[in-house]
Amino acid sequence: MRRERTPAPLLVPATLAVAFLVLPLAGLLVRTPWTQLGTLLTAPGVGQALRLSLLSATLATAVSVVLGVPLAWVLARSRARGRAVLRALVTVPLVLPPVVGGVALFLVLGRQGIVGSWLAGTTGVTIPFTTAAVVIAETFVAMPFLVISVEGALRAADARYEDAAATLGADRWTTFRRVTLPLVAPGVAAGAVLCWARALGEFGATITFAGNFPGTTQTMPLAVYLALQRDPQAAIVLSLVLLLVSVATLLLLRDRWLGRGGAAG
Amino acid sequence: MRSGRVLAALAAAVLTAAGCGGGDDGAAASTAEASPGGPTGTVTVFAAASLTDVFTDLGQRLEDDHDGLTVQFNFAGSSALATQLTQGAPADVFASANGTQMAVVTDAGLADGEPAVFTANVLQIAVPAGNPAGVTGLADFGREDLTLAVCAPEVPCGAAAEDVFAAAGVTARPDTQEEDVRAALTKVELGEVDAALVYATDVVAAGDAVEGIAFPEAEDAVTDYPLCTLAAAPNPDGARAFVDLVRSAEGQQALEAAGFRAP
Repeated sequence: MRRERTPAPLLVPATLAVAFLVLPLAGLLVRTPWTQLGTLLTAPGVGQALRLSLLSATLATAVSVVLGVPLAWVLARSRARGRAVLRALVTVPLVLPPVVGGVALFLVLGRQGIVGSWLAGTTGVTIPFTTAAVVIAETFVAMPFLVISVEGALRAADARYEDAAATLGADRWTTFRRVTLPLVAPGVAAGAVLCWARALGEFGATITFAGNFPGTTQTMPLAVYLALQRDPQAAIVLSLVLLLVSVATLLLLRDRWLGRGGAAG
Repeated sequence: MRSGRVLAALAAAVLTAAGCGGGDDGAAASTAEASPGGPTGTVTVFAAASLTDVFTDLGQRLEDDHDGLTVQFNFAGSSALATQLTQGAPADVFASANGTQMAVVTDAGLADGEPAVFTANVLQIAVPAGNPAGVTGLADFGREDLTLAVCAPEVPCGAAAEDVFAAAGVTARPDTQEEDVRAALTKVELGEVDAALVYATDVVAAGDAVEGIAFPEAEDAVTDYPLCTLAAAPNPDGARAFVDLVRSAEGQQALEAAGFRAP
């Protein structure tokens, strides 16, 4: 990739953007009660909430990749009619207030819900207030980020490679696996990172659909919110932990997937 | 500030539209006797979420009685409100659902005079209409086979729940600890939990979708609601008018109709 000096008309707004995005973080750091850090961090439930957050966000991302990449392909490449409507529909969770999303999930997957009541009747399984519900809520909110990102990558990818593969006799499934997917891999990675980050921070749909119980459904954002009710200092520490873990994970993955200083993120 | 006024005007318009059924006659009568030197401008009331319905109603009545007065509300959890106030949010009146959060505000020197308890609330068991799980009392919260919601111990209704469970000697087995009482109630309304421990007022507010079961141990955790005007109130006259209305016989009657009890 070509690197060059940033022109002044870009530099000024870019600097403002950095200040705007980073200063609240600096505010958190300034107000962190560093002397009590040890006690607050080892408080019961913190490790548990962090583990649950990482696990559920990762599972939600995995589900999103498995279901979302094919959906992105349909949106970008298929000749199916009504793709514009479909695109608008699947991005609804982006604009829906997450709490409303949580209620909507109840109406479908709750024990009184359309699918949920059938599930409870036939198998005795109820989804709300379980770790599975956390993963479902996070997937609902986060998958659109992956779909949009991968669809963009598919549109930007040079379709002539796929044409060439077809000319050489590859069927469409082979072309997708061997040509299209490697071509858009950076887009999938970027989408997965975005999706994971969104899932990790998810609050509204999770607390509504999965409830809040330490060990089974209380993720870090829920723990932070509840700590804020009683002990704002503890809430700051918890936020910081979540922040550090997520930034560290993202940096680590970036190195792994895209090579040191990778340009495609 | 400007957007705040626009919002207040919008909220007032919506409230007027929503409340036009019953209030017309009373409004016309009381406007006639409104004193010309009464409070005007905007009164901003920070009030606990459980006061939403009854305070909205009282605010409407105050607006009807005083031309040019707009009552604007910020309903949220008491601790969120106390945080906003200590962070400098401009307000005229603060009504808290517990003494602790009121103390946060008075300790910061923000209250004008001593806060006074103006009403009280007790816990009730909320069950979906028809009580499908056959819940009868507090002891049912120890049942493993029911899906149960309580408030998280960090929020006032959760602290009250811990008190009544301790008093009753019940080991509660909730499936979820909700972030506030409305969230717990929503799950009852949707039929997703068999029972939740909420306030008596929430059961009244929920209407027909929810039934309330009173239980004797509730007397061990009566929640007092204190109210104060704020020292930095932008509209002290309006603040006093609102507090007076809340503490008047009319205000107390409205509170009782909403499920509150006299302090």
